[in-house]
Amino acid sequence: MSLWEYANPKKFMATSSAVLPWVAILSAACLFVGLIWGFFFTPDDFRQGSTVKIIYLHVPSALMAINAWLMMLVCSLIWLVRRHHVSALAARAAAPVGMTMTLIALATGAIWGQPMWGTYWAWDPRLTSFLILFLFYLGYIALWEAIENPDTAADLTSVLCLVGSVFALLSRYAVNFWNQGLHQGASLSLDKEENVADVFYFPLLVSIAGFVLFFLALVLIRTRTEIRARRISALHARRQAQANTTHSALPGE
Amino acid sequence: MIALLRRDLALALRSGGGFGLALAFFLILVVLIPFGVGPEGELLSRIAPGVLWVGALLACLLSLDRIFQLDFEDGSLDLLACSPLPLEGVALIKALTHWLTTGLPLAIAAPFLGIFLNLPQDAIFWLVSSLAVGTPALSLIGAFGAALTIGLKRGGLLISLLVLPLYVPTLIFGADCVRRGAEGLAATTPLLFLAGITAGCIAALPFATAAALRANLR
Repeated sequence: MSLWEYANPKKFMATSSAVLPWVAILSAACLFVGLIWGFFFTPDDFRQGSTVKIIYLHVPSALMAINAWLMMLVCSLIWLVRRHHVSALAARAAAPVGMTMTLIALATGAIWGQPMWGTYWAWDPRLTSFLILFLFYLGYIALWEAIENPDTAADLTSVLCLVGSVFALLSRYAVNFWNQGLHQGASLSLDKEENVADVFYFPLLVSIAGFVLFFLALVLIRTRTEIRARRISALHARRQAQANTTHSALPGE
Repeated sequence: MIALLRRDLALALRSGGGFGLALAFFLILVVLIPFGVGPEGELLSRIAPGVLWVGALLACLLSLDRIFQLDFEDGSLDLLACSPLPLEGVALIKALTHWLTTGLPLAIAAPFLGIFLNLPQDAIFWLVSSLAVGTPALSLIGAFGAALTIGLKRGGLLISLLVLPLYVPTLIFGADCVRRGAEGLAATTPLLFLAGITAGCIAALPFATAAALRANLR
């Protein structure tokens, strides 16, 4: 029993169909509990008022935006080294989800920024690097869509993902150099020195778990769709080939 | 490698269009900016570093799809892939040719365009050196983007979407170097960062470019 068994599409489909309902139910439950708890059963912040509650959408989506790219990076590496198709398809499946998470983080950040900072957008390092991350997602998805041969597309997007990761990281620290920002530093960390207060912390953890499971469920669904689409196109190609051989055989009879 | 360099240079110089086009585009862009923002010298000299760097970047972008496209279409890229020269070397030479025909002329022409934009005298040195140090990275990243989009019919739009986000760090450090030079601050730090990016690109990106070329030629 090793992780690599799931490189077999059949095995992957079987396991994922068994796991998927549980992941989906659990994610719905976590999101429901986390968001309801966060929105209605936590006190208002003494300075920010009720706008603080947008944190339950903003932080988890921002977290997932970065982790989705990280997952694509790992999947791309696996594809380049071991050439497992499921891995390449999972990377492809994760990209639009990650892009949407980036967009949610940017949008909720803008909505939060308007009452707090007095502006929807500032060229702050964190905001800017998220915008750049969004552009990377766009380019990655556009490259997948543009190339017809699936294996070439997987190769090229994987290489782009590797190079893009290096440059995304570089941009993240280059923008620090370029402008100092409004955004606060990290408010969640494992050593609890500078964390947000416990009243906000626990519902936040639950909604982060909900977002992680939600991401997992979406990626599983999308990967399954990609595998099925690949099977359909293989079947089409086979039927086409059969039709061609029978046609070419006819005149010779 | 030298033979390939000479062949590519000769092709770029004699085919027309590719060589002068980037420079002409740069000139037009810089001339258009004052019409857009107004002729006040103070404002122009404040935005000049950024405008010159963004202009150089866009001028570079203009000729990227020519790096591999013609060779791919007439089959010489297949021959190069079969030749004893490693594909990484080919990628490096192609990027070098692109730099010699666009980046270097841009760096040389930039001071004259800086005068149009009322760039302070002290900044001219930093402008030239930052462009000379930074544009090789632009060419190498561009060659990588060109290798990714080589087989596509409409690669031109896609290449800008892929390449421009990769240009961000170079642009930040390049423009910052000139801005600091214009304000009379110490500008060596961004210049060194810029040199670091270029050195890293020279070391690593030819491998990525060659990998993309192999995937496309397979």
